[in-house]
Amino acid sequence: MTSYTFDFAGQRLEARAAGTLYWPARGWLIVADMHLGKSERMARRGGALLPPYETEATLERLEAEIAATLPSVVVSLGDAFDDDAAGRGLDDAVCARISALAQGRRWVWVSGNHDPGAICPRLPGTDVAELRDGLVLRHEAGQGPDVSGHYHPCLHLAGQRRRCFMVGRDHLILPAFGAYTGGLETTSPTLAALVPHGIAIACGQRALAVPIGATPRRRLA
Amino acid sequence: MTLPPAFQAWFARQGWQPHPHQIALLQAQGDSLLIAPTGGGKTLAGFLPSLVDLVDAQPGLHTLYVSPLKALTADIARNLARPVADLGLRVRVEDRTGDTRSSQRARQRTDPPHILLTTPESLALMLSYEQAPQIFGSLRRVVLDELHALAENKRGDQLMLGLSRLRALAPQLVVTGLSATVEDPDALADFMGGAEVIHADPGPDPDIAMLPTTAPSPWAGGNGHYSAPDVLKAIKEAGTTIVFINTRAQAELFFQALWAINDENLPIGLHHGSLAREARQRVEAAMAAGALRAVVATGSLDLGIDWGAVDLVIQVGAPRNVKRLVQRIGRANHRYNAPSKARIVPANRFEVIECVAALEAVRERDLDGDPRGPGPLDVLCQHILLTACAGPFDAGALYHEIRRAGPYAALSRAAFDDCLHFAATGGYALRAYDRWQRLMERDGLWRLRDPRAARDLRMNVGTIVEAEMLKVRFRGRGGAPLGEVEEGFAATLRPGDTFLIGGQTVRYDALREMVVEVTKQPTKEPRIATYSGMKLATSTQLSHRVLALIGDPAHHPALPKDTQGWLALQAKVSTLPRPGVLVSESFPHQGRWHFALYGFAGRNALQTLGLLMTRIMEEAGQGPLGFLSTDYALLIWSLDPVTDPAPLLDREALREGLGDWLAGNAVMKRTFRNVAIISGLIQRNMPGGRRTGKQATFSSDILYDTLRKYDPDHLLLRITADEARRGLVDFGRIEEMLDRSDRLEHRMLDRVTPLAAPLMLEFGRVPIAGAGRERLAEAEAAALMAEAGLA
Repeated sequence: MTSYTFDFAGQRLEARAAGTLYWPARGWLIVADMHLGKSERMARRGGALLPPYETEATLERLEAEIAATLPSVVVSLGDAFDDDAAGRGLDDAVCARISALAQGRRWVWVSGNHDPGAICPRLPGTDVAELRDGLVLRHEAGQGPDVSGHYHPCLHLAGQRRRCFMVGRDHLILPAFGAYTGGLETTSPTLAALVPHGIAIACGQRALAVPIGATPRRRLA
Repeated sequence: MTLPPAFQAWFARQGWQPHPHQIALLQAQGDSLLIAPTGGGKTLAGFLPSLVDLVDAQPGLHTLYVSPLKALTADIARNLARPVADLGLRVRVEDRTGDTRSSQRARQRTDPPHILLTTPESLALMLSYEQAPQIFGSLRRVVLDELHALAENKRGDQLMLGLSRLRALAPQLVVTGLSATVEDPDALADFMGGAEVIHADPGPDPDIAMLPTTAPSPWAGGNGHYSAPDVLKAIKEAGTTIVFINTRAQAELFFQALWAINDENLPIGLHHGSLAREARQRVEAAMAAGALRAVVATGSLDLGIDWGAVDLVIQVGAPRNVKRLVQRIGRANHRYNAPSKARIVPANRFEVIECVAALEAVRERDLDGDPRGPGPLDVLCQHILLTACAGPFDAGALYHEIRRAGPYAALSRAAFDDCLHFAATGGYALRAYDRWQRLMERDGLWRLRDPRAARDLRMNVGTIVEAEMLKVRFRGRGGAPLGEVEEGFAATLRPGDTFLIGGQTVRYDALREMVVEVTKQPTKEPRIATYSGMKLATSTQLSHRVLALIGDPAHHPALPKDTQGWLALQAKVSTLPRPGVLVSESFPHQGRWHFALYGFAGRNALQTLGLLMTRIMEEAGQGPLGFLSTDYALLIWSLDPVTDPAPLLDREALREGLGDWLAGNAVMKRTFRNVAIISGLIQRNMPGGRRTGKQATFSSDILYDTLRKYDPDHLLLRITADEARRGLVDFGRIEEMLDRSDRLEHRMLDRVTPLAAPLMLEFGRVPIAGAGRERLAEAEAAALMAEAGLA
């Protein structure tokens, strides 16, 4: 079970175990909150010098997702870059790697709150504020039904914290794909308000669906 | 230096005679280490040379006193006030801790008192100020109180680094260490960079025994509730009692158990580190005023607050360590040359044996303790960064200065350079931060690239890494603060859940701006608050005594009757663990095979052994599902039985496993988290308040995994591996266990054995994230979906 198939807003979609969303009818691969360049941004601001490998790690995983789904369109659902400066300051090698990934397919950058500006000219693809094409795709959940990222949802399953998708009536919220991204519990007031009922699909080795709301939570010993 | 007549007269007016060790310390020329029991006038001895010196006080800081506890500094300030006033000394004494108001801190920076009382963390912070040379330049004496306690952990290492800084700022400095009885005074003297050891008269033997209880101790658990009526009776008969309990959660529960039967409303208080400062101070003040008959406390009261009138100490739960027991006993009766009275209460059957063994060790004055290795490098990394906050430094000069700190006396230049490199650039193989270095070298001196970083660094001073804690307060405007709980615990709470804090049951209402809001709920049964306590393992020496006692039936009459019966039954159905033989058992229980190994190697080592052995079992397809470890035994449950433990205990296989399996394991991740925080890779505190949960949780685990994959030779991974081997992982004690066991003895049985039965009831089960676990997670997800009608 490397993916979990479900219906949202009249479309059949696949939540993949690695944390991307695949839309088979269109051949779209959607990825949210990669936060590339996060460690560099922290260093620039005089903060901690985190291991500078998260862009490498995130791209490796993205390459694997694209190789597995061979999408015709890749949509980055905002916060692809930890800030606009990080987006512009990418290594040439990283730009080349993304360009190689974009070969033979369309690439759309939806802007997020971390990267509201125009996309770096060295990168392929177009940037948009939001995308309306069968589904509404935007960075932060708005008037539903829409597909969004931004909140980095996660949950606890069998004693482990996992990133997850949240699927409700009005909103489908993607997990953060970036290596150095934190998470907000699905039970937090903000997320519970957006998706009071529905399912969460936990990422990891396998995509595992669990209900949101309704049932009491139990744990394995 | 001799005691001036005014001081002699003062002693005489108190009806005191100066103790010989007080005079010896006064006459000492260089640095000294005083080893004295509680009540020996140790603190006064430490301050006497300063007070004599300060008869004609010059302005400026003269004496710095460092203690591990904030509470102690306040207590010392009170105690010093009297001789200072009586002798008409014009000496200002002030304390400076995390609790000191910022206005006072600011004033102390420009106008320091003569005597400043502080903690290692506050000292490290003060040394990071640009004004440090002015503040400390006039310093003549340093008094390090409770040095035995500080030397046990990284706080002591940080303090010794701070001391090396002080020696550089004030070359005329004289240092006095004060310590309770320790097993190796010379090692402690080396720790403080070399000192003359002065021994005080150790005093008479304590009056110590098991507390007789009406009910026998239960089979398992650690709360000791069964003894509450007996403890209450002992409290009634004594004047003032301290009841020591090993963890905060247990202290809460025991406090409640006492009050549930406290029909006479004896004033009994509670004291532990998770309580709000106000609550702790109220209890301390009441205790000092003699208004309390007893206080239930954790290690927060281990150290020297001098209450004079305490005449009974009760230790509930096994002491784990003879030295600590002796030190706790010393809390009773601060009158010198009067025996301390102490009673101990085992919490379960295994602890009965441990308590008997510990009592024997106390009578034989056989103290235990494991020598600590060289000073840890994460603490050094923090020290380098904080040194840069104070101003530019020369690398070579700093290296030589650091080598004057006892724990770092053997530090190699290469190791120092590694730490400097880490502090400056992150120390990565991929040189990504050349533009954004934290420290840069300019004109031969290292300095902060961005001086604004100093604020962040100062906010993260310290080496005590606890789980993230959240404040708890009553709901409503101006709700009273109650204390703190672990963030992980708070995350499990749902509105309506109840838990214990500050001795009362409260109901969880909401989490608002990182504060847990609760309301009073006096009637409902509480859920237990899971504060993290130190997982202190039973010491090697005490474990040996326990094993020897169990293995020698002729010695069993020293044990209570029910314990004797328990061991006799074990000998009949299986066999008794004994020195030289590593005993294990396999038996089925509730559809799973169980494997019990009586290793007596302490809980940390046995936890590691559990991880390593289950790994070998996983590879062999035996389907290990989980394990738990206590100080005495390891219990593993699995789909298939263990029929021969020898392959699981193969030293080479275990060592190999340590490298691979632990690397990806939660224990290592926890160790890495501590190292990453102390070394400054992760900042716990950010300007403008706490990080939100979302930001906080892209946790150290991810950094650890990333480093392992892309930079496996990184300094922090090396520190983590070192530390884990010594600390939480405690591999040394696994090897010690194998070394002392000439042979294995394995029994296949058809049911739970008497010795294994208590293990079945223990908490702290560790699940194995193997193939079996993934199947169980799927099953849980499927069951939840089915229950919700979604599948």
